Amino acid sequence: MTQIDKTTNSNWNILFICWLIASISALGSLFFSEIMKFAPCVLCWYQRISLFPLVLIFSMGLFSFDKSVVKYALPLALAGWLIAFYHNLLYTGIIPESAQPCSKGVSCTEDYIKLFGIFTIPMLSLMAFSAIVVLLFMLKRRLSE
Amino acid sequence: MKKQKKVKKQEPKKKQNIVLIAAVCLIIVFVLGGYLYKSQQAKKLDFMARENASTFVRDYSLTLGSKEAKVYIVEFFDPACETCRDFYPLVKNLMAANEGKTKLVVRYAPFHDGSDYVVKMLEAARKQGKYWEALEVTFNNQPYWAIHHKAQPELLWQFLPQAGLNMEQLRNDMNDPEIARRIEQDLADARDLNVRQTPEFFVNGRPLPSFGFNQLKELIESEVRGNY
Repeated sequence: MTQIDKTTNSNWNILFICWLIASISALGSLFFSEIMKFAPCVLCWYQRISLFPLVLIFSMGLFSFDKSVVKYALPLALAGWLIAFYHNLLYTGIIPESAQPCSKGVSCTEDYIKLFGIFTIPMLSLMAFSAIVVLLFMLKRRLSE
Repeated sequence: MKKQKKVKKQEPKKKQNIVLIAAVCLIIVFVLGGYLYKSQQAKKLDFMARENASTFVRDYSLTLGSKEAKVYIVEFFDPACETCRDFYPLVKNLMAANEGKTKLVVRYAPFHDGSDYVVKMLEAARKQGKYWEALEVTFNNQPYWAIHHKAQPELLWQFLPQAGLNMEQLRNDMNDPEIARRIEQDLADARDLNVRQTPEFFVNGRPLPSFGFNQLKELIESEVRGNY
């Protein structure tokens, strides 16, 4: 009983951390666009498409701890991670800017802010998606045990 | 299996509360952060309006209205921006309602591709003393030369003669490097003032609390009341 209790408990906690990261990221990105008025570029929107649903999916998974949440959240998190990774390649100039898909509107390599002097917005996104992906894989392994 | 179910049943209540509390906390932080950011921004702008007035009004900036006016309406605009077009007659009405007390300062924030070309046309028209005529022609025909936020300034050429301009002269004047320099300076000032969307208004250095015509109207009226 206590054993099961404990594992369920820590599984729930992992999912809770995922939810926390996704929520903070979603609100953070809204803060940048709605309050600081940074116009989100195309790639940011694609990442948001992956990010925003995660908040809701994780919430649903938390309320009645549902193992299948991993199955539904992981594809979104991976898609978001890939776009974030690509965005960072563009941003750091590893892929030349001319090859980017968003020449119109807002440039995807525009420097808006550097949090604490180092973290750019695409970097924050990549870190958040990486953490979520890692946690979800951890959860997946624990659940299949 | 049965045991697990029992665990599940007693778990949620407490845990759901954690999620709800965390969500409420996050939203409070978001709202508070937004409020703090805005008030800090307003303070910064207020400081700039006193210490660095030239960021709002450059000596080359075109103005409209009474010379003695105490209320400066600084507008950053983009000729290809639809909202700027919608605001043009509204701002004129507001100025007419506060005749002699307000002064409009025209600044450029040509964010759309190709907009800077149109700004050059306008500034060249200014040299012929036909700025406002040219601006009206530009705005009236905006649907034809700026389609879906894509400025195609070459399409504007056919309309400009309506403003009674010497077109030959205009083509020469618009290449004046001084005009390009002014656009650069306006864009730099726009960046310093955190202008990211057009139109953006500052009334005596104060930004709109939130974007909208009524907010602009109220801000202008409160500044008029405060200064007269």
